[in-house]
Amino acid sequence: MNTVVAKLQRQFQDYLVSLYQQGFLDNQFTELRKLQDEGTPDFVAEVVSLFFDDCSKLINSMSRSLERPENVDFKQVDSGVHQLKGSSSSVGARRVKNVCISFKECCDVQNREGCLRCLQQVDYEYKMLKTKLQDLFNLEQQIVQAGGAIPQHFPSYTILRPDIRPCLDA
Amino acid sequence: MGVVTESQFHVLAVDDSLFDRKMIERLLQKSSCQVTTVDSGSKALELLGLRESNESDDPNATSTSPEVEINLIITDYCMPGMTGYDLLKRVKESAAFRSIPVVIMSSENVPARISRCLEEGAEEFFLKPVKLADLTKLKPHMMKTKLKKESEKPAEEVKPEIEEEESPVIEILTLHQELESEQQEPMLSNNKRKAMEEAISSGRSRPKYNDITTSV
Repeated sequence: MNTVVAKLQRQFQDYLVSLYQQGFLDNQFTELRKLQDEGTPDFVAEVVSLFFDDCSKLINSMSRSLERPENVDFKQVDSGVHQLKGSSSSVGARRVKNVCISFKECCDVQNREGCLRCLQQVDYEYKMLKTKLQDLFNLEQQIVQAGGAIPQHFPSYTILRPDIRPCLDA
Repeated sequence: MGVVTESQFHVLAVDDSLFDRKMIERLLQKSSCQVTTVDSGSKALELLGLRESNESDDPNATSTSPEVEINLIITDYCMPGMTGYDLLKRVKESAAFRSIPVVIMSSENVPARISRCLEEGAEEFFLKPVKLADLTKLKPHMMKTKLKKESEKPAEEVKPEIEEEESPVIEILTLHQELESEQQEPMLSNNKRKAMEEAISSGRSRPKYNDITTSV
């Protein structure tokens, strides 16, 4: 029983670390995990779910605003990008946030084509992250079901990119 | 069973984004605060018991008695309708509520905005995403309120929390201070010197200065 748990925990840790290494997540995700405890075991999942709902809604409304070339509501698009940038930043969704930065630049110069490309990219990135995090949460569930505890720390042997290195005392 | 539990530090969090409200709420709870969240400046004023519109010219007009006691307000800057800045102004203009510390949050790092808010009386300006470590800046306000509440109790005297002799903190003095204190020693009378040496040997006061490496 113990080795099953240990194996799952190792799998979980490795997977989480890989998400940082590949740039999907940054330090802010570590901060988010700090806010979860025995009293609020679903906090991260809830927040992340809220975030993905926001993504879907905002992408839809921005898509409508960008639809007709002769009548683009850049103000609305800008507002959507601003919100998306804020929430992706708060969640630690690094790739999504980075696309938002480029997206804002396109919006500022009223570049409809650029905006459409960014919109497509944001859509791709958030959906990609969604599946990754779903896999992570599934691993978590398996650990809990096997009677184990979810690892809170990162393995010290890992050497990560300094720009996205997770807080080692998390 | 007659224990009266002390009321927690009560923070009013204002943000138009549901996502951000959820985040700040958890951050504050994790920092041992009681939290109430509202989604607009006008709702915040309502909760405080301040009339929103200036029907009379009296900014102190209250519509209802305040529903709850608020110890700190933390608000987003960018909100539709009443911005965080507007809310800050209204609070600071009111005689009843100007003593409540107000913290502004923003996802944008605009120095002019920050100084404007601080000049208007904001205690702190937090850049989003707000982290747990940022909230430690609220601790002094929490301590002040706690001491104030305790001093209002008719119970026995409450000692101030920080007493120099008791804390085993090693003080790292600047070079200047080190030299000053060394110069002062020969000026002490024999008695005082003895007392000091006794204090040092009992381990209660500061350790010898030459053991500390100071980095200036």
